Amino acid sequence: MSLLTPSQTIGPFLHIEVPYEGEEALVAPNHPGAIRLLGSVCDGEGEPVDDALVEIWQANAAGRYAHPEDTREELPLEDGFTGFGRCATDSEGRFEFTTIKPGPVPGPDDRPQAPHIDVSVFARGLLNRLVTRIYFPDEEEANAADPVLALIEDEGLRRTLIARPEDGALRFDIRLQGEGQTAFFSI
Amino acid sequence: MTAGPQESENDEGGRATVASELTRNGQVIGYRRDDLEINPPYLYPDYLSTRTRAPDRPLVPMPHTLSEVTGPVYGHERLGELDHDLTRQHEGEPIGERIIVHGRLLDGDGRPVRNSLIEIWQANASGRYRHHGDQHPAPLDPNFSGGGRCMTDDEGRYEFITIKPGAYPWKNGPNAWRSRHIHFSLFGPAFATRLVTQMFFPGDPLFFQDPIFNSVRDPKDRERMICRYDHDRTVPEWALGFEYDIVLRGREATPMED
Repeated sequence: MSLLTPSQTIGPFLHIEVPYEGEEALVAPNHPGAIRLLGSVCDGEGEPVDDALVEIWQANAAGRYAHPEDTREELPLEDGFTGFGRCATDSEGRFEFTTIKPGPVPGPDDRPQAPHIDVSVFARGLLNRLVTRIYFPDEEEANAADPVLALIEDEGLRRTLIARPEDGALRFDIRLQGEGQTAFFSI
Repeated sequence: MTAGPQESENDEGGRATVASELTRNGQVIGYRRDDLEINPPYLYPDYLSTRTRAPDRPLVPMPHTLSEVTGPVYGHERLGELDHDLTRQHEGEPIGERIIVHGRLLDGDGRPVRNSLIEIWQANASGRYRHHGDQHPAPLDPNFSGGGRCMTDDEGRYEFITIKPGAYPWKNGPNAWRSRHIHFSLFGPAFATRLVTQMFFPGDPLFFQDPIFNSVRDPKDRERMICRYDHDRTVPEWALGFEYDIVLRGREATPMED
């Protein structure tokens, strides 16, 4: 028998408690290599999801996670870089983070994974979070060899995980349902 | 002997120990997936919002990598001394039944999850959220904001002081009401253990018609979202106690030492 506590929706009133001020900025805008990572969340009818919470989790530029289980001490940690960010979507479903591109991290059988950012999406109407990943458009070779991207057989679906450059920023739109749905993982 | 990653960090010659905890035959030791079917389905048509938001393509199963067995680490710097006490955030006291909600944050093997952030939010005693999106014509309480947070201690324990939230109507159908609940946000040790859920109160007469509560298919699993009245924790002449343990996913294997 399982003892796990089941998941429930975050509901539309999460803003009473989360996110905290500044959680969308993993680095300051003038940090070397700072990128704007933005996008929007929409539902199966193409309507913006204005009550979602988007969370990101990533390694630093050297590919090291600020976490006790990443024991690769030969890679530097960066003061003040937690690798975690949260952003609530606005009235048009938009979110925006300021962060840096993570370095590569090891994957299964110690094969490297392409640089990527883990993403959770919470919203009213989502009884459990949705998990996806953001990959980078300037990493074609690494993306082609990435063991997690390779799990997605459909090329169109796989492409939904590659952010695209837009006016000096990176855009990653999240479609929950229907034509052009983002690839989501069960983890 | 088993050791958590935090303990082994300090071991002499701990590199090998830690590496062996992280990896087994070159693979990261992931979190268990065998009991995830207790979670509700994404599409649960009785809960109308799932109809346009549930993904219609199947989720892609992904093995856990270093990215999923690590996760955000919050420290105490984000917490104020009274953040766990929702009855003391304003000049006066909020209206309502004062309650103490306490319990333990555990992993799937029953071990405490230490120093982990817990966040809550809720409606006030009349069933109204302090939120621009809540149009329920029930009064706001100038002495109640409805949000709180705390860190678990070394035994995984947490405690909040608040007031019992009211039930409220919602637009999921004619005469639809949400059962009384408090929203909980949990992190645990890894990206894979992140959980957002709701805590319900025992004996709520509204359960039968609440599709969010009933989206958890097995009644036994639903019961684990309901707190227990705790007379031992009830403080005479002051507040009712409720106990609510939260269990996050456990590890696929007990970490080995060599």
